[in-house]
Amino acid sequence: MFKLMEGEDVQDSVTFLFENQPVSATPGMSVAAALLAADVSIFRQTPVSQSARGPFCMMGACYDCLVFVDGMNVQACMTKVRDGMKVSRVPIINKDIET
Amino acid sequence: MNDPFDIIVIGAGPAGISAALEADHHGATVCLLDEQASAGGQIYRNVSQSTSARTKVLGPDYLEGGKMVRDLEQSGVVHRTGVTVWKVGQDGSVAYSKEETAAQIKGRHIIIANGATERPTPLPGWTKAGAMTVGAAQILMKSAGIVPTDAVLIGSGPLLYLVAQQLVSAGAPPKAVIETQTKKDLLGATRHLVPALKGWKQLAKGLQLIAAIRMAGVPRFTAATNIAIHGEDKVDRVSFDANGKSHSIQTTSALLHQGVVPNTQITRSIGLKHVYNAQQHCFHPVTDAFGQSSNSVFSIAGDGAGIGGAKVAALSGKISALNAVCQIGIIPRGICETRAAPLLKKRSSELAIRPFLDAAYPPPTDVLRPADDTIICRCEEVTAGDIRRFASLGCKGPNQAKSFGRPGMGPCQGRYCGLTVTQILAHETNQSHDAVGAYRIRAPLKPITLKELASLETPKEPETAT
Amino acid sequence: MNPKSNSITTETIIIGGGLHGLSTALHLAMRGMTVVVLEKDRVGRHASSANAGGVRRLGRALPEVPLSVASADIWQNMTDLVDDDCGFVSSFQVKLADTQTHMDQLRERAKQVRAIGFEHEEIIDQQTLRDLVPAVSKDCIGALAVTGDGYANPFQTVRAFYTKCIELGVVIHQGSGVENISRVADDWSVRTAHHTITARNIVNCSGAWGGKIAAMLGDHLPIDARAPMLMITEKMPHFMDGVAGAQGIPLSFKQFPNGTVLIGGGNVGNAYLETNKTDLDYQGLALSAATARRYFPIMENAKIVRCWAGIEGFMPDNIPVIGKGRQDNVFHSFGYSAHGYQMAPICGKILSELIIDQGATLPIDAFDPARFRKNSRENGSESIAEFAS
Ligand SMILES: Cc1cc2nc3c(=O)[nH]c(=O)nc-3n(C[C@H](O)[C@H](O)[C@H](O)COP(=O)(O)OP(=O)(O)OC[C@H]3O[C@@H](n4cnc5c(N)ncnc54)[C@H](O)[C@@H]3O)c2cc1C
Ligand code: FES
Repeated sequence: MFKLMEGEDVQDSVTFLFENQPVSATPGMSVAAALLAADVSIFRQTPVSQSARGPFCMMGACYDCLVFVDGMNVQACMTKVRDGMKVSRVPIINKDIET
Repeated sequence: MNDPFDIIVIGAGPAGISAALEADHHGATVCLLDEQASAGGQIYRNVSQSTSARTKVLGPDYLEGGKMVRDLEQSGVVHRTGVTVWKVGQDGSVAYSKEETAAQIKGRHIIIANGATERPTPLPGWTKAGAMTVGAAQILMKSAGIVPTDAVLIGSGPLLYLVAQQLVSAGAPPKAVIETQTKKDLLGATRHLVPALKGWKQLAKGLQLIAAIRMAGVPRFTAATNIAIHGEDKVDRVSFDANGKSHSIQTTSALLHQGVVPNTQITRSIGLKHVYNAQQHCFHPVTDAFGQSSNSVFSIAGDGAGIGGAKVAALSGKISALNAVCQIGIIPRGICETRAAPLLKKRSSELAIRPFLDAAYPPPTDVLRPADDTIICRCEEVTAGDIRRFASLGCKGPNQAKSFGRPGMGPCQGRYCGLTVTQILAHETNQSHDAVGAYRIRAPLKPITLKELASLETPKEPETAT
Repeated sequence: MNPKSNSITTETIIIGGGLHGLSTALHLAMRGMTVVVLEKDRVGRHASSANAGGVRRLGRALPEVPLSVASADIWQNMTDLVDDDCGFVSSFQVKLADTQTHMDQLRERAKQVRAIGFEHEEIIDQQTLRDLVPAVSKDCIGALAVTGDGYANPFQTVRAFYTKCIELGVVIHQGSGVENISRVADDWSVRTAHHTITARNIVNCSGAWGGKIAAMLGDHLPIDARAPMLMITEKMPHFMDGVAGAQGIPLSFKQFPNGTVLIGGGNVGNAYLETNKTDLDYQGLALSAATARRYFPIMENAKIVRCWAGIEGFMPDNIPVIGKGRQDNVFHSFGYSAHGYQMAPICGKILSELIIDQGATLPIDAFDPARFRKNSRENGSESIAEFAS
């Protein structure tokens, strides 16, 4: 769980959609920070084992924060929030493994 | 054909900014590239947009970066933000993307100042949602003003104390600090104490941090072992052994740290020489005192050349820039050396504390070479045991390991498993780290779209400085 | 080192531990011959594991068709040969056409294949193509297709052939580059840093290095080493089976079951035989990226995670050298010109027939090394110029 640090006050805010639900955030925040602040901790499921992941490094190195932003697979920690942007989880992509 | 930039600097942390400023000062045309939206690197991240609350929490060291960034704004340096460098050519060409559009520029000399990444900290459960690095938590403070409400910090090193103290002053004291270093490490480190006293200011700062954490009533555990992170999908608990007892602490935020290591993706991709540093347990590119690499077109400044911290990084940046402008004929060698002499001296006294820190806060063996069932490649979910099995089947090096089970082949391109794979293979096959080597790195240094790559198809005139 | 203490005698020495060397060793060992394989690096280190894993009969040079068809049968039953399916996924391969001219060329091609007695390549129309490969560009008007072709896993294949060879008693020395070859009475004697090996037969399966070994055996064959490049994307939602190529432009395109998409097809970088290094040519990669987008619009925003290249030997006429050398008991099998992966199972068999039975059960005249002897002035590079023009 995350909260605003003591003394941090928010003047303006932007609103974007995550999985079709509105989320409000401070301009300048990354999508990853905004989602964490909104209590979203699971960002995606891994393509290998469908296990849950969230941001790990926050500096663009680990790729565990991948989300879809307006149809593109991007790092949430490297993408700034914009008013009205559409964010969603990356669809689970494994083909059902045939036997 | 138009002239390219004299100097391209990659990375706008303390090393890169001071390199760019110094080169600009001597009249070179300079282009400074960074992936972040504003200058400052990891330590001074977002410093120009900091709020007063954040400034109070992050302390005066953070604000020091503000001056650098203002100087940069006033200078003649062409500063491009939000650009990801994904290819650096032997000839000094640099390809990058900004908002999904690729561009290519060329420099006569390239200063690589891309800093460090946190050392991989593989332990059971480290992939669960809610486990992140201590540095990540700090970035969230610097760039978003948010803090974890119930953090447990795990690992060792000065940054662990710094962030613990910053969380205390942000009104979110961590539930515990679980440290892996032992009394033996600390005792062993005391032989480095005399030289380290030259860095007494830093030592004193460290002790102040520890005192502040204690004052806030945050429990500290040292020599912790058997650390594991639990939870179904999300983290809900951390367990470990310390003081001869087993402990379990509830938390939704497990913050991990075992020091930082040079980010060698770019330097590897150009084929520069690297060596393994046994004190810091990592590879770094081979450089001379001026930061010049094994290829005369490239210098490396700051943590990317070897971990030294922000002050060292700023000094190295200047030194590299002097050498670079001399190399391309803007200043004579004599001037370069006279100017660099005091900087070199200052840098060595700043570095005096390093051997002590390296010895006092070593990454524990089970982080370097974790137990069999611990995942080490986060992307492809390969475990330490898998790597050991590959070794028993005759695998001798990291590149070969890829063919056995895909470690290092996911989107992070081996950033978070490369060192661990090398460590395990070196141990299993009885080879030196240098003999085992590291993943071969090739552009694109970060995943790029087909559209971006395709945009290289028609060669464009290299962009000019004017 | 005293070479005498490391002297080995065997019936056949194979130089090169790529897939062709291993396959030849395997087939010889299955017929009871003793074999030593010498590999300068480690088995499969070069083209055999860096390749795109395409298993295709489609679009083969006409002389290769009978071999390729026979090899396809082995691929279908790979487990029988090496106790491992080598990751082979049998689906289909298509060669796309997006202009009428290309379509006409494909029709002509299908006719040629039929004329030599093979039925596996067929023309499919736009609708059939879209049903088969829904992600294909709307501009594609048809394709040449082969069902039963597909792709396999090169690493797994190398490992399976290697393991089977060992099981059958083949001796494989890795890290053993050939330094010298000499004639001792009726035998060949090969020296490496560690061993001296004597054998009646010697087989040159040394891929891009094949020209060098051939020269040591008195055959001057014009080979060119290049580095075919590949790139692979992040994992994407499943959107296609099979493998696609294109008429008139280099492309090889497939999605693996794990979601990654492999893009290749002929653009090459530089290869350095002395150091084992390759340089990527990013202009070439950019061209491949542009081609992949042209035929598969879904790729527009797909992200490339890695690019690499492997060292391969190309012959001037783009078909391999398979056959006897000038001197007694010398056999060559190299220069597969970036399409030898699929053929490895059958070519190993053919080499075993040449060595043991003195003749092959399939037509291989077109691959005779002697084809480069005419007009040859004993000079490889001049011959390259002649053939390349
Ligand atoms: C997460 C983290 C937190 C830290 N916190 C502290 C702290 O609180 N206090 C402290 O004393 N030390 C801290 N350190 C250590 C400190 O950051 C370094 O010692 C110091 O900043 C090194 O400076 P630098 O200029 O070498 O690197 P950096 O400041 O890291 O600057 C490198 C820059 O290069 C950019 N870059 C890298 N690759 C590319 C690319 N391909 N394309 C474009 N740009 C690129 C990065 O975005 C970054 O801005 C921290 C380190 C990390 C990793
Ligand atoms: S959190 Fe690691 S890349 Fe975004």
